[in-house]
Amino acid sequence: MNDMTPINASQNSDGQAGLLNLSRRRFLGVSAGALVLGVALPSGAGRALAQAAAPAVVAGTRVNAYIEIRPDSTVLFRSAFIEGGQGIFTAMAQIVGEELDVDPARFVVEAAPPGPDYLLIGGFRFTGGSMSVRMSYEKMRKLGASARLMVMQAAAARMNVPVPELTTEPGRVLHAASGRALSYGELAQDAAALAVPADAPLRAKSDFRWIGKPLARLDVRDKSTGKAKYAIDLRVDGMLYAAVQHARHLGAEPHTITNEAQVLAMPGVHSVHRLPGAVGVVADSWWRARRAAESLQVTWAAAPQGTRGAMPEDYSTERHREGLKAMTGDGLEAEASGDTTKALASAKTIIEATYDAPHLAHAQLEPPSALARWNDDGTLELWAPNQAPEMFQGAAAKVAGIDPSRVIIHSPLLGGFFGRHFFYASANPFPQAILLSKAVGKPVKLVWSREEEFLRDALRPMAVARFRAGLDEKGMPVALSAIAVGEGATGRWFGRQPDKVDSSAVEGIAGKLYAIPNHRVGHIHVDDPAVIGFWRSVGHSMNDFFYETFFDEMADAGKQDPYDLRHRLLAESPRQRKLLEAVADLSGGWKRGPYQAEDGTRRARGVAMASPFGIEVATIAEVSLRGEETVVHQVWVAVDPGSIVNPAIVEAQINSAVAIGLSIALMEEVVYEEGVPRARNYDGYPILPPDRMPKVHVRIVESGAPMGGIGEPGVPGVPPAVVNALAVLTGRRARSLPLSRASLAGSI
Amino acid sequence: MQLTINGQSHQVDIEPDTPLLWVLRDTLGLTGTKYGCGLAQCGACTVLIDGQATRACVTPVESVAGTEIVTIEAITGDAEGRRVVEAWVDHQVPQCGYCQSGQVMAATALLKQTPQPTEEDIAAAMINLCRCGTYNAIASAVRQAAKA
Repeated sequence: MNDMTPINASQNSDGQAGLLNLSRRRFLGVSAGALVLGVALPSGAGRALAQAAAPAVVAGTRVNAYIEIRPDSTVLFRSAFIEGGQGIFTAMAQIVGEELDVDPARFVVEAAPPGPDYLLIGGFRFTGGSMSVRMSYEKMRKLGASARLMVMQAAAARMNVPVPELTTEPGRVLHAASGRALSYGELAQDAAALAVPADAPLRAKSDFRWIGKPLARLDVRDKSTGKAKYAIDLRVDGMLYAAVQHARHLGAEPHTITNEAQVLAMPGVHSVHRLPGAVGVVADSWWRARRAAESLQVTWAAAPQGTRGAMPEDYSTERHREGLKAMTGDGLEAEASGDTTKALASAKTIIEATYDAPHLAHAQLEPPSALARWNDDGTLELWAPNQAPEMFQGAAAKVAGIDPSRVIIHSPLLGGFFGRHFFYASANPFPQAILLSKAVGKPVKLVWSREEEFLRDALRPMAVARFRAGLDEKGMPVALSAIAVGEGATGRWFGRQPDKVDSSAVEGIAGKLYAIPNHRVGHIHVDDPAVIGFWRSVGHSMNDFFYETFFDEMADAGKQDPYDLRHRLLAESPRQRKLLEAVADLSGGWKRGPYQAEDGTRRARGVAMASPFGIEVATIAEVSLRGEETVVHQVWVAVDPGSIVNPAIVEAQINSAVAIGLSIALMEEVVYEEGVPRARNYDGYPILPPDRMPKVHVRIVESGAPMGGIGEPGVPGVPPAVVNALAVLTGRRARSLPLSRASLAGSI
Repeated sequence: MQLTINGQSHQVDIEPDTPLLWVLRDTLGLTGTKYGCGLAQCGACTVLIDGQATRACVTPVESVAGTEIVTIEAITGDAEGRRVVEAWVDHQVPQCGYCQSGQVMAATALLKQTPQPTEEDIAAAMINLCRCGTYNAIASAVRQAAKA
């Protein structure tokens, strides 16, 4: 038995900027035989000193940190962003390759190590918020252009000609006058000695060959043949495997283990360990470790009353929902125009409704894992799925009790993430892997079983929204009060300011563009007893459902067509109005229904708008009923991301967003009873199966507005479009998700 | 226990009720076959046993001694498997990719049993979960592979 000091929850649950170690870096080892462009950096022990004395690194400018041109003129590119299916590695190759003049197919992309060069998101680094391309696009172009100029300068010196006489073609520098040519690979070493130029010219947009084109993704063949490696697949020499059994209630600690001797005698078992909030078994294979961990008979000591972050033993999501619904008052003001109170008082018609949406699990297919190895030099090496290497480095250093500079983080491909792999303290396996590896003196790969994952995932928060609208005598909305109730994930992990509204709690209710002259959005904060986190499209994942469905209630109450009313209220928002027209056109012209389809089914359509993550989205869903079941036949999505890098990736992301958006509309819900989740696997927490996937039609509108993100924005419009269509078929409003909660015939 | 995996014979010494999945992944290092749920819910662990799509996570290893086990690692050595992979690449099916080994194996098994599948055959065979929602691309790729 190894007794380990519990991790102080307050140290590891804050997610504050203090966790980010921005002052240190560690370079990747240079692969053998490769030439690193711009390698003129001090090496070895001198590096840290030089680093300390050097001026602050400007993120995204140092070519050498990103680009390694290899002798065969292929390019190893270190991406600040982690690949998890959103296509970011390919997008980076397109952007950089365009300017560097190397075919993106000649790129090998990997996740960069921690370091100041990669802090591209406002001085931080994470892969999320659909920010990767839009926050780095200009910098990555410039980086590629600088690298190209350095190669040309090296060629000029080699050929003894001035740079202006040179041109490039993919992977080669040409001197037209003499007919000479040199490959990038031949020039990389010379280019490495040069300083990064400040003024490399960028390619004109009209000359783009790869940006904006539907290029094949770089990882598709490996992912189609089982060659792609995820964290769960990694192995190192001498590695042991570990599995854990968590306390059912977060915050409880292992007290006694009554059958430890028997478990230690099970085949392959190396050792049994107490961990903060869990017990773990290390064995020579994961299956043996898991079977042993599940066999441990543990009594748990409940967290003392009032322990911050502990799960109350009587917690029920049903009761929490009722509590949110019972909250009264107007809350903190998030956004307002006109005089809503007065306008409501004088309105001809008042309508009111209260909506709710449940907790959600990420349910990504790859169960979380972490591989930890303590090296002979005292450094800790960690392979873990993550969306934020520097945050994980800082947190891992605290667990390990060493300086962050001595933690080497690897960021493998993510087997789905959707917000799952931020630092959520109790929701991450890596602290346990670090402790177990230290205890056994060998590398340890810890995998959470699917059941442990459902027990410890950080959930999309539960939320309620209360609406009150006033219509004039013509049935037009003149006043709207919307009160969101719940807790935002941003406040939970980045510090809540009690006198300010957490935007992640109201986004999608606030930020709407309809011209309703008097409106007010308020927020009432209620602590969510569950561990909450970021979930694909964050607050928009529920708030656009609330707002856009209530919008149809306003339209119905005022006897307006919901499409026409949206169109009228967007008269001053041409970008959105055009997009609404685009989705109607894509669907063959707006028709609400109900109507009879060729197959004899009675169908209807619903429409919804959303403005998430800097882009605009308009969605139409076509729905019928098969008995009690909602059948979604087709979904049309028009998106305006401003401008794009790869239309094929955009289309794939929209398909993916429709699937997950429909999944949460139809069937997803985390239910807690007595402080534990009822579902511990996909049997109890169904996600959209293939036979419920609709046809998806996508139209990309490039308005030229500033570039927005694409990973998340397809999600928010789907639940309201579906529910609005359903209301046409049933004559009733579903105000609570998922639809599987309610009987479509009866209670909605 | 003697296992035939991807045409090669392996001697493994392990508890006979160990799921095949963990023999593949941990004992033999064949990590292309994925662990998703452990309950035959998601299909990420799909392999071929005598040509039939089988969920390795609930298949005791003793039950497959004497059979022909094929995993994703050998997929391009198989005629149907090659066609499926090419269709997967053509249709750019994978996103995160984690479920795709299982999807490719399921599609390969389908084409082995039913070279000219109907839409119903495809729907009945392609039931593995994909959290990225690549279902439409999967169906298109299976149609192409069937025609090829």
